[in-house]
Amino acid sequence: MSILIDKNTRVVVSGITGREGSFHTRQMIEYGTNVVAGVTPGKGGQVFEAGGKKVPVFNTVREAVEATQPNASMIIVPARFAVDAIYETADAGIPFMTCLTEYIPVLDMIEARAYLDAKGVRLLGPNCPGLLTPGEARIGFIPGEVAMPGPVGVVSKSGTLTYEVIDALTRLGIGQTTCVGIGGDPINGTDFIDVLKLFEADPATEHIVMIGEIGGNAEEKAAAFIKEHVTKPVTSFIAGRTAPPGRRMGHAGAIVEGKSGTAEGKIEALRAAGVPVADNPDDIAKIVAERMGK
Amino acid sequence: MNLHEFQAKRLFAEHGVPIPNGEVAYTPAEAREIAARLGGVIVKAQVHTGGRGKAGGVKLGRTPEEAEAAAKAILGMNIKGYTVGKVLCDELAPGIEQEIYLAVLIDRANRRPMIMASAAGGMDIEQVAEEMPEKIIKVHIEPSLGVRSYQSTYVASRMGLPKELWRDFHKLLTGLYSCFKANDASLTEINPLVITGEGKLLAVDGKMSVDDNALYRQEKVAAMRDVAEEPVAEKQAREAGINFIKLDGNIGCMVNGAGLAMTTMDVTKLFGGAPANFLDIGGGAKADQVAAALRIILSDPNVKAVLINIFGGITRGDEVAKGIVAALEEVQTDVPMVVRLAGTNAAEGMAILADAKMETAVTLSDAAQKAVALAQGSN
Repeated sequence: MSILIDKNTRVVVSGITGREGSFHTRQMIEYGTNVVAGVTPGKGGQVFEAGGKKVPVFNTVREAVEATQPNASMIIVPARFAVDAIYETADAGIPFMTCLTEYIPVLDMIEARAYLDAKGVRLLGPNCPGLLTPGEARIGFIPGEVAMPGPVGVVSKSGTLTYEVIDALTRLGIGQTTCVGIGGDPINGTDFIDVLKLFEADPATEHIVMIGEIGGNAEEKAAAFIKEHVTKPVTSFIAGRTAPPGRRMGHAGAIVEGKSGTAEGKIEALRAAGVPVADNPDDIAKIVAERMGK
Repeated sequence: MNLHEFQAKRLFAEHGVPIPNGEVAYTPAEAREIAARLGGVIVKAQVHTGGRGKAGGVKLGRTPEEAEAAAKAILGMNIKGYTVGKVLCDELAPGIEQEIYLAVLIDRANRRPMIMASAAGGMDIEQVAEEMPEKIIKVHIEPSLGVRSYQSTYVASRMGLPKELWRDFHKLLTGLYSCFKANDASLTEINPLVITGEGKLLAVDGKMSVDDNALYRQEKVAAMRDVAEEPVAEKQAREAGINFIKLDGNIGCMVNGAGLAMTTMDVTKLFGGAPANFLDIGGGAKADQVAAALRIILSDPNVKAVLINIFGGITRGDEVAKGIVAALEEVQTDVPMVVRLAGTNAAEGMAILADAKMETAVTLSDAAQKAVALAQGSN
């Protein structure tokens, strides 16, 4: 079992012929992901070949949907085209999309999110590494070789930091159900709480790892949610204890504004909700192993 | 990107927000001339930091002579590390009856623009929030609707604004939101918004931050960037597409990914070291970006050791290694380095670096401890 994607998920890739799009789509297909279509306006009719598979390319998502019935989308197009791709995907009736693109203006995301909520469409990202169900499917960048199937659900705002944690878990022989990167933008589609709900409901997930960072209050809200609604053990890490206030630490959302969004506040909220917070990401896997009795 | 007060207020004025007459002076003589034209002025340092008043960066210039002296005192002044290069000379408000705080900003938690207002204007809003949170009025704006009249009436009424001013206040608030939206701002703030002795609203101070992600479609605002004030290393980093923030420590950090970059700093500190910077080479960085990053790190004379931590995904270990080698050919340095490559093409990367005589590490903890030891050893 897993959440959001598995080997049967039918994926359409917007931006499949781009430099990044083609590189990662190829890796996804080689990992076993069922990529059924690609979209690049003006390149309809072409065929994208990877891992012995031939993937048809369409001019629009709607045409891809009519011909190949995808039920998930990955958007990997330049920022100025990404919002349009989000609307296009929602409008074509695809219930779940992952947008990897970085640098989308915040006001655009506010409007897009309102539209998606009204349509009942789930967006993961933007500016996220995507998600991986080890041994089954991958949408995005998370390197499959560091992961293995198992009982831990991972949810994170970060990309590379998550790879670290997955790698450490795998080294201790602890596999993962699904690893989800929600991204570090101030306005995103899927938040910690959404993923926590899915992991709580997923019978295969026995333990949850949540990796947050400075900025906003998603971690505090997640802590309150965990206390009330999550019965499975959660282990956490918060990045940015040494970040100076008022400076944006790479991610658009990673900023301590006044007294809000600090690592201390988040760590305190999580600990108060009974969630152990590691001081060093290298310790997360050890804490999980200990708590799982391994 | 943060704008200067004078830039923010000019943009406010374009959307109908009343601001004082004022001009920017770069020399005391210019300040004198402006004061002679406008009558009494207030001379205000234009720097990207708060607390100008407390630092002595705001002075009265009731006469041209006084304005000249004020500008002379303020220009060149150092406020929290920023050297003042220009002053705004604003006409004095004709008496101040009341000071109000008014802002439009993005409320992340509710995913909406939000009006924030308080009758306790002039004060630091963080302080108001802490001491009397009940005095802060918050109203969310539905993007498809904009600011509705009932919303500004609510804000005006809660603040106890005289009824005669409600219509003007609605116009001003609508203008402030329109300025916010038109310029892709993340914050437009008036503190204080005053009611003058003549019973008019006037935005005597202004602050504005613009979403960096939207600068591609905000050419006018993008051109307002004050490169004179930007530290050289940060400018170089921005031009190379690297996220870089200078800090006070002595261990230079080069990392891929913002979360991992912050974590590398945190772990360095955990093992007793002090990071010299935050640096994220971004996703899918190529060799030339890596080389630029290393040059920027090594340009800081405080750096006694460099910690390179790359966990490949979209970024490939061999590309990073090529960049390191290229940078080291160009920048001769004795600064010791620890490199840790993991993930995509890490083995290929390590092979490229085999001749570079660098310390290597397998885990982040291991790398951080080695960097801390190297930084201490070279002191």
